[in-house]
Amino acid sequence: MSPEIHPLTLLVASIFTNNILLSNFLGMCSFISISKDQKSSSGLGLAVTVVMAITMIASWAVLKLVIEPAGIGYLSFIIFIIVIAAIVQVLEMVIDRVSPALYLSLGIFLPLITVNCAILGAILFMQIRNYGFLQAAAFGLGSGAGWWLAIALLSSIRKKVDAAPVPAGLKGAGITLVTIGFMAMAFIGFSGMVNVQ
Amino acid sequence: MHPLLIGPALTAGIAAALALVIAVADRLLNDYGEVTIDVNGGKRRYTVKGGSPLLGALAGEGVFLPSACGGRGSCGACKVRVLSDVGPHLPTETPYLTPEEVSRNLRLGCQVKVKKDIAIELPEYLFNIKKFRTTVERIRDLTYDIKELYLRIEEPAGGISFEPGQYAQLVVPPYGDYKESTQRAYSMSSRPSDSGHIELLVRLVPGGIATTWVHKHLKEGDAVEAVGPFGDFKVRPGPATMVCVAGGSGMAPFKSILYHIAETGAHPDKEIWYFFGARSGRDAFYLEELAELERRLPRFHFVPALSEPKPEDGWAGETGIVTEVLARYLKERLPPGAREGYLCGSPGMIDACVKVMTAAGMAAEDIFFDKFA
Repeated sequence: MSPEIHPLTLLVASIFTNNILLSNFLGMCSFISISKDQKSSSGLGLAVTVVMAITMIASWAVLKLVIEPAGIGYLSFIIFIIVIAAIVQVLEMVIDRVSPALYLSLGIFLPLITVNCAILGAILFMQIRNYGFLQAAAFGLGSGAGWWLAIALLSSIRKKVDAAPVPAGLKGAGITLVTIGFMAMAFIGFSGMVNVQ
Repeated sequence: MHPLLIGPALTAGIAAALALVIAVADRLLNDYGEVTIDVNGGKRRYTVKGGSPLLGALAGEGVFLPSACGGRGSCGACKVRVLSDVGPHLPTETPYLTPEEVSRNLRLGCQVKVKKDIAIELPEYLFNIKKFRTTVERIRDLTYDIKELYLRIEEPAGGISFEPGQYAQLVVPPYGDYKESTQRAYSMSSRPSDSGHIELLVRLVPGGIATTWVHKHLKEGDAVEAVGPFGDFKVRPGPATMVCVAGGSGMAPFKSILYHIAETGAHPDKEIWYFFGARSGRDAFYLEELAELERRLPRFHFVPALSEPKPEDGWAGETGIVTEVLARYLKERLPPGAREGYLCGSPGMIDACVKVMTAAGMAAEDIFFDKFA
């Protein structure tokens, strides 16, 4: 469907113009809860980026090698979920073994990501937009980086908001959702520059 | 193959292949070989397979850290001091630790993984803690909402060795809507000399997982597991007068302590005053037994108090909230000299008693209690 989009264009587009979080509102739960703390936000953002890139490539392979040839597209949801869960599990073990320091900053967030809808959402976009291999890889990496950018921005904004006199009824999730709304509106400024559909 | 079967078969195939990858990765990556757990500077050493959390590794060696949640990192009870380097504190640990505990490198046993040789510090009493397989020998109604649960220890054969005042954790299996096993702590009311049994007093808390299970589901003859003994709610040595206050099922540790003293003559230089508070006659229990004990043990004084006695109770004893009675006795009746406070009951009752006792000149560090919220 979109064979003409250059992978690099797709990479930039998925970070800015079609940010998975701010244009599709996927991955909201951890976005809201973890963005309280800047350090954790960066750790989670990195983890999402790594997992998104790896699972995207693996899911693309499973889609092209198994699901499409066998004509079992109706089972792709289940298969993608299994693939994501397994990869996250193995990734956690690898990181735990290879680098305890990295495990501390990134590994502890991995169980959170297994159930992050941004990952499954991006993979399903990849499927319906019928991306090629390089496009899928670029889209996965870009979507992850876009999510990272969004949570890093939000955590910085929340730090400022914490010091502001927020009305009692809006404190916490309320003002955070309002903030996210403004961020999404700001990101609309990028839209229309590239069309990834 | 029927076309309808291809999809499920392929999905199952992919799942199996991925499960295999995980199993292989687990074998290769989670293999940390044999590691040694050094306890209390070489006093005890355990060689375990590396890679699992400290809590489970110790349990495998028969050493049970206190744990109410069973290792899910939600109770914060399995604190242990780690002497060797196991990396910085995890975000899953810090909510349960005070800055002072962090600086002493206290960790949660369920969150710290044993990957290399590790040195830890444990209080000696923990080595006495065991998991007991028991059978319910008797369930008796003490009041309309308090049951006396008498468990016969089947295994280990030696029974339980504990100091009166300590508590045990009752293992509640999954039942009804509760899909996970939980543990709840109850003070033991049995005497240490009755080492083949554990007795607990359980008051029904509306909506309580463990208390509902004991009151509505547990029957005589059922198999139950308990872990213990825990806690340091024990009688301190020395001649200071014991001032004990209990409400409701807070009776449990004092029953154990008093009968132990009557039986062994322990703490011969201590005078004991025991204030027991209840609302009316239907909330009070063990009154005759303790009055009988008072006759046998001259240095023991039992003061039950009802706050709202009913006419049919025919109550001749003290009337009023137990803290008021306590305040009056501290001022007028108790002998002067050193006093120690021992409290067991609701957090509200404990706070009120601490206030009354400190106002009567007792030092806060001489007042002891376990707060089971």
